[in-house]
Amino acid sequence: MSDKQSWLNTYWPVIAGASVGVLAPILVKLGNPGNMGVCVACFTRDISGALGLHKAATVQYLRPEIMGIVLGALAAALLFREFRPRTGSAPIVRFLLGAFAMIGALVFLGCPWRAYLRLSGGDWNALYGLVGLVAGIWAGIGFLRAGFSLGRSRPAPATVGWVMPGLMLILIVVVVYIFTSLAGSAAGPIYFSTSGPGSQHAPWLVSLAVGLVIGTMLQRSRLCTVGAVRDMIMLRDPHLLRGIIALVGAAFLTNLLLGQFRPGFAGQPVAHTAALWNFAGMVLAGLAFTLAGGCPGRQLILAGEGDGDAGIFVLGMLVGAGFAHNFSLASSPAGPGTYGPVAVVIGLLVCAVFGFSMREREIAG
Amino acid sequence: MSTMNVKVIDARGLSCPQPAAMAKQAMTGAGAGAIDVLVDSATARENVARIARLAGWEATVAEEAAGEYRICLRK
Repeated sequence: MSDKQSWLNTYWPVIAGASVGVLAPILVKLGNPGNMGVCVACFTRDISGALGLHKAATVQYLRPEIMGIVLGALAAALLFREFRPRTGSAPIVRFLLGAFAMIGALVFLGCPWRAYLRLSGGDWNALYGLVGLVAGIWAGIGFLRAGFSLGRSRPAPATVGWVMPGLMLILIVVVVYIFTSLAGSAAGPIYFSTSGPGSQHAPWLVSLAVGLVIGTMLQRSRLCTVGAVRDMIMLRDPHLLRGIIALVGAAFLTNLLLGQFRPGFAGQPVAHTAALWNFAGMVLAGLAFTLAGGCPGRQLILAGEGDGDAGIFVLGMLVGAGFAHNFSLASSPAGPGTYGPVAVVIGLLVCAVFGFSMREREIAG
Repeated sequence: MSTMNVKVIDARGLSCPQPAAMAKQAMTGAGAGAIDVLVDSATARENVARIARLAGWEATVAEEAAGEYRICLRK
């Protein structure tokens, strides 16, 4: 390995984290919801709504950032010969983990990405979420140490790897059609919010471009918002954590420069102040992400690299978002949804069943 | 090399952080010696090599087939 490569490998997470930290607040400036420059959970939820999987009229939009992230990862993987179609590692369990991770994230109101971004914007409620996230990851590490494994994936035909990028390409065609032929008003089977967070978005081409850039950088850097904490606790490896620190620092400075840093608990954008459920929602999300091997952004990247199991996890998030809004599980700025707390408890129990029952002796060694 | 008693760990197809965790567990258990780790993703390859170097082991990577790697850990 050359010195240049080795330097890049060491600092890629920092470069990628800092880039996301700068780009996300800029997306907010250009129209995305507050402290939601990039949120994999919220944006997947918006896509779920745009496709009619839930009918919450304020959170429906085909977020081009998500498609860009998957396709950026695909491009980088193809370019660097890392596109590897594979599947077969407990797909149905990953589907449920994706659904419950989404439900937990929507009780908090954000995925780990947004938890870090909310903190960088001065939303102190995010601190409860981050403590919950660490607790969830810590619990996941406990299961991993006891031998938890979803089992091995196997190489698969190229088609398997192309399914998720293909779906994202189709969604982009729909976005292009809506913005070029329908003046940005969705029609037919597609729903776009006319008020609320779903109606707030940066110009679609900017969103797509930023998504592509982020997807490429995340693929190269392997940055993972859950892996960062997990590797530090479990393996004493700060490699990814440096990237998250860079992300928070860069986002804080960018928010400050753009006049978007507003410290406090009350009145934060797309957030509530119920500390317990900010905490507990992220315990569930952190645990589910850890059992599945990575944060939602990482799952998008893996899906772009041809990992069909990560693709299934993403579909689980899409469906989980539908359930979250159809069954009043998702929180709103007023606080937790009617059945959100019950769903969190059920999700934790389901994760515990997976954690205790799926073990491989060879891993426990 | 052939005279060395090499422990082989097959971490192909496993999700993060299992390849790195298995390598670390084996290194801790052995203290020193020769361990080969098989992985089939670039991420796992980088993670195992980094964890080994952090623990003071030498790590050399060989691509055995397209996208399949053998990381030789020696101490």
